[in-house]
Amino acid sequence: MSLQAFLFYLLAGLTGLCAISVVVTQNIVRAAAWLLFTLAGVAGLLFLLGANFVGATQLFVYVGGTLVLVVFGVMLTAQGPFITMKTGAAEWGISMIVGLLLYGVLSVALLTKPMKFTSEESTQGEELRRTTVLGEALMSVDGATQKAEVTGVPAEKRKELPNKGERSTVGYLLPFEIVSIHLLVVLIGAAYLARTKRRPAGRAGGVNPPVV
Amino acid sequence: MSKLFQSFGLSAPLAGFLAAFIASFVLITFMLISAIFAVWLERKVAARIQDRLGPTRVGGKFGWLQTLADGLKLLCKEDLVPKDADHVLFRIGPYIALAGSFLAFIVLPFGSGVVPVDLNIAVFFMLAVMSTEIFGIILGGYGSGSKWAVFGAMREAAQIVSYEVPMAICVLVPVIVAGTMSLSIFGRQQSGVFWNWYVFHDPFTFGAFWTYFACATASCKRAPFDLAEAESELVAGFHTEYSGFRWLIFFMAEYGSMVAVSGIAILLFLGGWHTGLMPKPWAMDLSETFLGGLFGNVINVVVFIMKCYLLVFVMMWVRWTLPRLRIDQVMMTCLKYFLPISCFLLLGVSLWQVGLEPWTPWFKYVMAVTCVGLFIAMVVKIVLTPSTLPVAGLSGMWNAPAPKYDMARKS
Amino acid sequence: MPEAIGLNHYLLLGAILFVCGAVCMATKRNAIGVLMGVELVLNGATVNFVAFAHFNPAFAVEGQVFALFVIVMAAAEAAIALAIVLNFYNNHLTVDVDTAEELKG
Repeated sequence: MSLQAFLFYLLAGLTGLCAISVVVTQNIVRAAAWLLFTLAGVAGLLFLLGANFVGATQLFVYVGGTLVLVVFGVMLTAQGPFITMKTGAAEWGISMIVGLLLYGVLSVALLTKPMKFTSEESTQGEELRRTTVLGEALMSVDGATQKAEVTGVPAEKRKELPNKGERSTVGYLLPFEIVSIHLLVVLIGAAYLARTKRRPAGRAGGVNPPVV
Repeated sequence: MSKLFQSFGLSAPLAGFLAAFIASFVLITFMLISAIFAVWLERKVAARIQDRLGPTRVGGKFGWLQTLADGLKLLCKEDLVPKDADHVLFRIGPYIALAGSFLAFIVLPFGSGVVPVDLNIAVFFMLAVMSTEIFGIILGGYGSGSKWAVFGAMREAAQIVSYEVPMAICVLVPVIVAGTMSLSIFGRQQSGVFWNWYVFHDPFTFGAFWTYFACATASCKRAPFDLAEAESELVAGFHTEYSGFRWLIFFMAEYGSMVAVSGIAILLFLGGWHTGLMPKPWAMDLSETFLGGLFGNVINVVVFIMKCYLLVFVMMWVRWTLPRLRIDQVMMTCLKYFLPISCFLLLGVSLWQVGLEPWTPWFKYVMAVTCVGLFIAMVVKIVLTPSTLPVAGLSGMWNAPAPKYDMARKS
Repeated sequence: MPEAIGLNHYLLLGAILFVCGAVCMATKRNAIGVLMGVELVLNGATVNFVAFAHFNPAFAVEGQVFALFVIVMAAAEAAIALAIVLNFYNNHLTVDVDTAEELKG
């Protein structure tokens, strides 16, 4: 067994087990802890796949940012009854059956129509190139993305495509900008939604949030 | 190193595994020893600043073995888990913190080529991994089932998430100048005399260094930003309920991340593993030809570690000099001052790189010579200032003539 | 071990994450638990994207770019969702999604 395979089985096993624990556990704070391990495991898998930048972003943004936010939310709302909220047995049963069915469908679909791509083990130089290319693609530098054959289209139909099945070089500057604007909007929107509102005193149902 | 083991006839995966094991063993030993040394240094520095002697007895003249004795004591302590605690979270908390702090060392180059994994996005990776360290604190603090611990953990979460933003932006400033995120390339680019260091490159990198260092101090939860463990308000913050070995691990994580952020600062701004005293060709000659490069590597590692400890010492100096802020002041410092300052620095360095690049040569000489001159002047001043000699008996009001109170008027 | 690690291994893991997320969304009554389910689903998508990027040279860049967008979108989504949850908690003093029925037709 190669080192790559060993690491994959280790990380994948951990990630899968932690993901299942997130579902199974009733305690919301522990679910957050399991989610942390799941996300870290996914980051490890991304490193294993040679996607260093994406892996580090996963750790930085997802684990260090988003998940902290989630845990913060848990801590702000975790009061007695909400920490462990039980779900009915019937609901559990139904969702388990649906979940297993879904997984069955997905895995059967995967295994009966295996997708084979030729790929070689990535080397150090390859990784360096990948990260640089990633930045160039985001900045829409000309020639960043390599020309390659469109996959998934049968060979005889490829000729009918506008550019004969060859993708032209594309950049992602516009999506990048859209995402930036989107983040700004989210920042403002979240601040607006979550701010403490002044209520007229004595209104029923409105209780000031705990001050931290 | 994997190649070396393969030459002994081991199979490739086994050799890789063995190499990784040895590298991590060396790193964790370094972390352990540096934590032990840092704790001793902290006590000595604190004592000297407060006009005391600090540990003197255990292990010879300067109390060298004090930390080891403390560690032994902590290991022997009973491992308590409070009744109200969430056992799983309480137990795993310290290990998460330690893992986050330890992983950062994987990509930290100690010298030219002396690095376990030479990642091309090393600095980003380090910041990313160190940002996961707070999970140990949050989960441990919450899992303790104590109000003080929860408050400490929440303060910590708010503080670190906020301080990460200006810290990351300040890291981007030298990244823009150097055009790489690889810490090894950073080190190689700053070889030669000290005016090649990026801190003197232009006014914006100079500002970025100080902002980065302040933010790094805050994100290591060091004073004056150590609100998460403010003993005057929160008993001991997130580790109120911890004792013995787990508490020790929290401390190892803290000292480990102190060394790690100092390492980033050294590599990004202060010339990495170069002494900054020798012009480039000489240094290259010496480190690459003498004893086949081995000598150069050893010198590099020693210089790098000493520079790291210089910054760690500055952190301690700050801790024992400045009073602690309030939590709202901490957040305000970050969001109202550090964040705009770092954004301004980022913008400024971009403009400098675009338009004012020709100014760099004369600016860096002036800046470097001024700064080093001031530094030397400071050291000379400190050395030449006569120290106050201890006098027999207590000084102060007891030696002064007794004040004359008119006792008769009071009655 | 019958074969080297291929694309299918990663896709199966992505499927596990996806299904776990879906079940999590369905069974949790805590609103933040539902949010965690969404995160799991998005992570399954990230794994798939990057696996395709690794094993299919034609998508070497695209897969990573989309994975980055997924991560950023997840951050935005979590921020908004948490703001809504906190708002809901302020008004109703609960995070149970079953009680959020004011707009029920």
